[in-house]
Amino acid sequence: MHAPDGFLNAGTALATGAITAGAVAGALRQTSQKLQDKQVPLAGITAAFIFAAQMFNFPVAAGTTGHLLGGAMAAILLGPTLGALVVTIVVVIQALAFADGGLTALGYNVLNMAIVPAFGGYAVYRLFRRLLPKSGSGVVGAAGLAALVSVVFASMAFSIEWLFGASVPVPFDTVFGAMVGVHALIGIGEGVITALAIGAVLATRPDLVHGATDLDRSQLANRKPIKTRVFVIAVILVALFLAGVVSQFAADSPDGLERVATDTGIAESSTDHDLGGSLFADYATSGIDNEPLSLAIAGIAGTLITLAVGSGIVYAMRERRKQPGPDRAAA
Amino acid sequence: MGAGHAHALYVHEHSPVHGLAPEAKLVAAFLFVFAVAITPREAVWAFLLYVVALGAIIAVAKLPVRFVLARLLVVVPFIAFAFLVPFIASGEQVEVIGISVSRAGLWGMWNIVAKATIGATVSIVLAATTEIAEMLRGMAVLKVPAPLTAIAMFMVRYLELVAGELGRMRVAMTARGYDPRWLWQARPIAASAGALFIRSYERGERVHAAMVSRGYTGAMPDLNRRRATGTEWLTAAVLPTLGIVVAAVALVVT
Repeated sequence: MHAPDGFLNAGTALATGAITAGAVAGALRQTSQKLQDKQVPLAGITAAFIFAAQMFNFPVAAGTTGHLLGGAMAAILLGPTLGALVVTIVVVIQALAFADGGLTALGYNVLNMAIVPAFGGYAVYRLFRRLLPKSGSGVVGAAGLAALVSVVFASMAFSIEWLFGASVPVPFDTVFGAMVGVHALIGIGEGVITALAIGAVLATRPDLVHGATDLDRSQLANRKPIKTRVFVIAVILVALFLAGVVSQFAADSPDGLERVATDTGIAESSTDHDLGGSLFADYATSGIDNEPLSLAIAGIAGTLITLAVGSGIVYAMRERRKQPGPDRAAA
Repeated sequence: MGAGHAHALYVHEHSPVHGLAPEAKLVAAFLFVFAVAITPREAVWAFLLYVVALGAIIAVAKLPVRFVLARLLVVVPFIAFAFLVPFIASGEQVEVIGISVSRAGLWGMWNIVAKATIGATVSIVLAATTEIAEMLRGMAVLKVPAPLTAIAMFMVRYLELVAGELGRMRVAMTARGYDPRWLWQARPIAASAGALFIRSYERGERVHAAMVSRGYTGAMPDLNRRRATGTEWLTAAVLPTLGIVVAAVALVVT
């Protein structure tokens, strides 16, 4: 996901750069109080940890591996604002010192890999915390699901930027389908690793998990049903998610193949004209039907991301005003 | 200053490019890459000029060409995508070696390949001639907010430590015959990630306590007060000026 220079046009690079700078400035203002003291070295440690965790390649399917983005993990460990800042620093240093991702692409790379996953992932995390039981297993389950969705959010954000700033005329739904499909798979890995890692931290140092500060020790100790109930719910949700979102676009990928077939002249040389004719009739109608549909889905996705990122920011602001105290631990 | 002194991409050399103040290099790199990004893709000659200019800088910086080329592999996944573009893009079709492809797609492919490669080369030259600590100092001079550079500084300090810890855990796992390949084997990886986090975090707590006891107030003292001189800014301005002039000419001509 570390896009190079020139992948999206200059206008998109500038616009996303402005959005990213605004988000980072806002996050800095939110966290300036916290960052006065102890949090700076600890945020640095977390950044180093996320950097190292991105070296963990895990298998997605045969032959394909993905690596952790870490946005949701950082947000759950440190809170969304500080988490977003930490992953921003990771992405910037990767571009500057490791030549991973273009300099003019920093605007959209930071937006997609740090801002959207941290705020969007944290919003999803709060949502699932509400739905799941108030226990250690609830935290772990919500963390995994949030991490999964955060990766898909990142891929959606990239696809929407593609809609505005594509440097090449590749149809939006082809890019959207491919990006979301692959990242739903990568997201399962991200979700499993994040859930288990948060679980491991929760087991030894629950005080380090920002997203679990509302639970006390006895609630956190309640982690028996993790393997059965929560896991089943998670798997069903993942399956529903894949069925609902990705299969929408699975229908589009044959279009891409048909396109290649027509472009390369394979279809013309085909002798079976009856079959060919019906195939193209279908292609034409589906082409007309798909355009508003794909745009509608793009709109829904955009709204979803905006909503999630927005509510993540709202959560962050609310948490800052509420002073952590004994009443929170009891709640 | 024993640890965190060098990093993956830094090439130790003594050259005018290495000696330039980091803030000047950062600004120059950003401006040049931006000029490349706005250059119209039809102006092939402009991209050739950029490559020649970068080649000259690589020669002045005494960077091994093979090293730069090897590091360029980082853009390969995107280049692979770029090569698919002519086949999936829409628009007017043209014949290339008997295969009909999209003309706009071909230009798009060239656009991504050229700009991604040149941009990555600039990043590589920047990273190879500037130590991370210097880079962060340059960012601080350029008024990047102090919390960001402070966190980044700690990150860089701890990066090798955390990576070393991770490496030892991997060796320990492999030595015991465990080589996870499938998603359902993720638990040990995640458990080691959790353990890695707690080990790093507790190390951070100890280091922080040690720093506070030695008078840490929340900001690192600036030990190197050198700032870019006028001559350095002028030297650094050569590349971006060339880039902007070429881009402007290309924009006017095409």
